[in-house]
Amino acid sequence: MFHKEKSIQLKNSASALYNNLSVLRIAPRRLTYFTVVHANVVNMVSTSWDGLNYSHRQLQSKEPNVATSTSLIMQAAFCALPSRDLLVVSSQKGIQMYESDGSIMVYWHALDTPEAPTAHAVFARGISAVSDNYICVGVSSGAVLVFDIPSKGSNITLSEVLEEHKEAITDIASECSGSQECLANLVTADDGGNMCVWKSGEEFQLLNKIPGLDITCSSVKLWKGTVLAGYGTGQIRLYEAVTGILHAEVNAHARWIYSLDIAPFSGLLLSAAEDSFVRVWHLAITPETNSVEIAHLHNECVTDTQICGAKFCDGDGYAFAVTGYDLSEIIRYVQS
Amino acid sequence: MSTRTLPLLFINLGGEMLYILDQRLRAQNIPADKAKKVSTVPAWIEEDRKRVMNDIITTMFNKKFLEELFKPQELYSKKALRTVFDRLAHASIMRLNQASMDKLYDLMTMAFKYQVLLCPRPKDILLVSFNHMDAIKDFVKDTPSILSQVDETYQQLIEMYTPLSNGEFQLIRQTLLIFFQDMHIRVSIFLKDKVQNSNGRFVLPTNGPVPRGTQIPGLIRIFSCSGEELTRLQFNNGGNYSSALREGSFEMFGNRITKLGTNMYSVSRPVETHMSGTSKSSAQHTKVNSAPNPLAKEELNLLARLMGGLEVQKPGSTDTGFRVNLFATDEEEEEALISRPNELSYGVISIQATKDQQANAELTKIMGEFTESGDPSSSASSKGDDLLAMMDGL
Repeated sequence: MFHKEKSIQLKNSASALYNNLSVLRIAPRRLTYFTVVHANVVNMVSTSWDGLNYSHRQLQSKEPNVATSTSLIMQAAFCALPSRDLLVVSSQKGIQMYESDGSIMVYWHALDTPEAPTAHAVFARGISAVSDNYICVGVSSGAVLVFDIPSKGSNITLSEVLEEHKEAITDIASECSGSQECLANLVTADDGGNMCVWKSGEEFQLLNKIPGLDITCSSVKLWKGTVLAGYGTGQIRLYEAVTGILHAEVNAHARWIYSLDIAPFSGLLLSAAEDSFVRVWHLAITPETNSVEIAHLHNECVTDTQICGAKFCDGDGYAFAVTGYDLSEIIRYVQS
Repeated sequence: MSTRTLPLLFINLGGEMLYILDQRLRAQNIPADKAKKVSTVPAWIEEDRKRVMNDIITTMFNKKFLEELFKPQELYSKKALRTVFDRLAHASIMRLNQASMDKLYDLMTMAFKYQVLLCPRPKDILLVSFNHMDAIKDFVKDTPSILSQVDETYQQLIEMYTPLSNGEFQLIRQTLLIFFQDMHIRVSIFLKDKVQNSNGRFVLPTNGPVPRGTQIPGLIRIFSCSGEELTRLQFNNGGNYSSALREGSFEMFGNRITKLGTNMYSVSRPVETHMSGTSKSSAQHTKVNSAPNPLAKEELNLLARLMGGLEVQKPGSTDTGFRVNLFATDEEEEEALISRPNELSYGVISIQATKDQQANAELTKIMGEFTESGDPSSSASSKGDDLLAMMDGL
């Protein structure tokens, strides 16, 4: 169903971090941007759709005011808002927001870090744009920071802090079907597998809490009012967001899942794990009748690689990209 | 990332070091007349082997040293940690030259990288550590004073780590994987066992038991709104998995179930390395390492504090100092030193302990506490000066 295409070489190998691959399509310029985190560097590659041009950029996690600190990066993710695209980088020290091509840093938010390290590590992880003008970023304390993003310029403000989680945030996702009918449009997940379902607005409204089973939910997606969650046990679970009803449970992988992605137009679901497998599934959800179907379509084994990032390259799921720990390339697969 | 990583890194690397040294010391434990013919390395007697093992383990589990180690902190750079192990390897009468030390460190790090990468669940890193601790206890089982020192650390490990959540263990594991990132040194014992490929990457099996708490992939279940199971679908998982093994013991005693972290060397399976990292990734490796680290000074102060707890014997006079060779012959060792790719060489870092007031005060304090239980072979009064001089001479 899918076949391997030419790989994209990276300047550095990928670190073992959840959701360690982000993809942004710039349709007017026929370009795709990819980012992969390597320790304290974000590797960025811009590729032309004809596959002829590649350009690389590296971003260091540096606090703008204090030239003396570099810190390990936890995640880099593109956030596509209707008015602008930003690249958000979360690290041990704080949150950086760049123009999507990585050229200019437009905002910096420092985390409260204790002077001497404490038993609990401090970091930001879990990044998602939601609604017209918000970017949410999770923190190791369990807090979720909501930033209000103006349609242009650098006047970004921290508008709200959501404090419902007690464990470190792992991932955040917003409704990606484009449907305005879905009441819930944001889901946040944590290290204990707990999830909170939100409705965004001037004040974010907590709609539901889905309790965890004491195993990390490492990657989460929200599609057609259904929460898709990947866990450390290798399971994928599908919950109705607002009620928390469990619709489906899949014994999907033999090791920790590191990444889930959904192609919103076709309902293809991608799951990737430390077991070196990437699997493609097909989802059919009819909210009106509460019907959920999930079928397995395809396996790809990236031999001897613990996969840490996997993303579709387009909304139909025509192609997807994969990277793994210690791997200095992005492997691409395209539908045959 | 995780501030709880350093104790596990130190204990597991230390455990691997002890396995290798024990194997080499036993291998060189041959009658003196025979030894003269094949090597200039003087023969070891069983008593020397025990002394070296005891000295290193005593140093490793020094109370003051471990107190510093167990404080929450970020990991050191590769160079700083290498310096700690250089000192530790020379905590007894045994001497290793540069090539042998490089080889020892490569073997230790690749062995632990393998264990971290392969451990079925992040939490199993603790079982790997317990396998090392069990073996260390066995090394000193005839010396009650050292044994109780090791037991104390064992207790501390259990208290600190068993309450941690899966997510926290995964963060520790991810921190360790960043530390070992881009290291692809080929190790002959792994190549022979077919667990490492010729490009230096480890083999990840897609068969065998799944981790505890994980089901064999292949089942989809759909539920109704009331929670009834509506359908069950099977799919091909592309591997050949079996059900999970039983849980290993997270107590001081018991079967750890996992073999990761146990001693893989024996006299019939000697220590060897192929010193060829894949060229591309070694270059990257250096690039990361040579990036200026603005935290270096802070780190060196921490290191100086740590090293303050590391008791090191003065190099013995020629008749008491024993040299251990990690290679089959002396010629091979010399050749390895010359042919070692530059990017794989570990630079030596210099700590100006005497010049740093704060570190100096701290060191003096530690050494003050040190003299009480001081090494009888060196006089208590000169001990402090020796240690400071040693720091400067690193």
